[in-house]
Amino acid sequence: MIRVVLPAHLRTLARHEGEVMLDVVPPVSQRSVIDALEARFPALSGTVRDRHTQKRRPFLRFYACEEDLSHESPDAPLPPAVISGQAPFLIIGSVAGG
Amino acid sequence: MSKVRVLVGTRKGAFILSSDGKRKQWEISGPHFGGWEIYHMKGSPADPNRLYVSQTSGWFGQLIQRSNDGGKTWEAVNNDFKYEGALGTHQWYDGTPHPWEFKRVWHLEPSVSDPETVFAGIEDAALFKTTDGGKSWHELAGLRQHQSGPKWTPGAGGMGLHTILLDPNDPARIYIAISAAGAFRSDDGGKSWRPVNQGLRSEYIPDPTAEVGHCVHRMAMHPSRPNVLFMQKHWDVMRSDNGGESWHEISGNLPTDFGFPIEVHAHEPQTVYVVPIKSDSEHYPPEGKLRVYRSRNGWMEWEGLTKGLPQRDCYVNILRDAMAVDTLDPCGVYFGTTGGQVYASADGGDSWDAIVRDFPGVLSVEVQTLP
Repeated sequence: MIRVVLPAHLRTLARHEGEVMLDVVPPVSQRSVIDALEARFPALSGTVRDRHTQKRRPFLRFYACEEDLSHESPDAPLPPAVISGQAPFLIIGSVAGG
Repeated sequence: MSKVRVLVGTRKGAFILSSDGKRKQWEISGPHFGGWEIYHMKGSPADPNRLYVSQTSGWFGQLIQRSNDGGKTWEAVNNDFKYEGALGTHQWYDGTPHPWEFKRVWHLEPSVSDPETVFAGIEDAALFKTTDGGKSWHELAGLRQHQSGPKWTPGAGGMGLHTILLDPNDPARIYIAISAAGAFRSDDGGKSWRPVNQGLRSEYIPDPTAEVGHCVHRMAMHPSRPNVLFMQKHWDVMRSDNGGESWHEISGNLPTDFGFPIEVHAHEPQTVYVVPIKSDSEHYPPEGKLRVYRSRNGWMEWEGLTKGLPQRDCYVNILRDAMAVDTLDPCGVYFGTTGGQVYASADGGDSWDAIVRDFPGVLSVEVQTLP
């Protein structure tokens, strides 16, 4: 199972508390994880990545294993620790005031 | 006894303010969708418990929420707004062609007869429609693909389609307005469109009487007279008596004719309300005095309404979608400010009270009159 940590607003939108556990069909990549996330929570469609361009929303970041994966290819394999379920895949809202 | 429900969209969530017909004591529900910008929230005239909300965020994009029980519970519906056909370009600030790009939903206008049908005004300017309660949206692309489209230019606040007026007597007739393209009318349910800006004069564009390019801030109509339109333009308050075919200025004795919202009294189709703002570069009331102006004849004579409104040191703005009326008698008038106040008048504007004073900046106000 892939562990995903969502920002608070998306947890509220998904009506889900805590980490999300996702069954992701390999290969496990940013794209396949978000595909599985949107399939489980349709209300999140378009909130993490643009519906049509599939690009990550610019004020969100993807972290895992203390690495910023935001600029990796969406089809690049995620780290083994994420694939094995040892480490979560973090979707982070960037810091901004107001 | 009748009730009213005031739907308030703010920069940090949605609020629902409820009262009985006296409109003195208010219950406040919210924030709903706390932390999100609520550009607009409106109920279906055909089913007042059906509410639609435009919920948006710089982080997470656009969502549409729907309630079937007057705002007690919510359901996120489809947020897929895909421009149809060739994307095309409009004119960017520097004069270069710029591809249309979806940014957010500015305005939701439910059908007068069908709770499942809603029109959505979009930035970058386009009109979308759902006929299944928000499960799917499709663009009425004839508007964006009008031959003048490549000349449309965003205003400082973006190129938003902010006004949608549905003719209650003729479902085929729709009016819309775009900043800064102007007003358009369809007579075939939204398939084809033409600009209706004759008589507008805008000194801030190269040809002040051009067919398109006018920064219309808001339009309003009374349902009993859908051919009579009122408009608050960037500068100038205007009126048309022929469905937008021609416009005449009615600014008259207003202290300034810059402003954003304009509304019509529920029972007096000639009575119109505006909130004068000092200028395009100073978005606050002149002299720091918050005054609603009312014209009883929908023409050149305006009276300032001040009772209960701050008459010194007031420097808020009132945005284009942040004024509405109820249909009780006497007519209630409501508006919200960028300073977080929502003011209500239960006597047609003669006197005002603040329902709340400390909301986040108010983006939109709509009112439902309930049995």
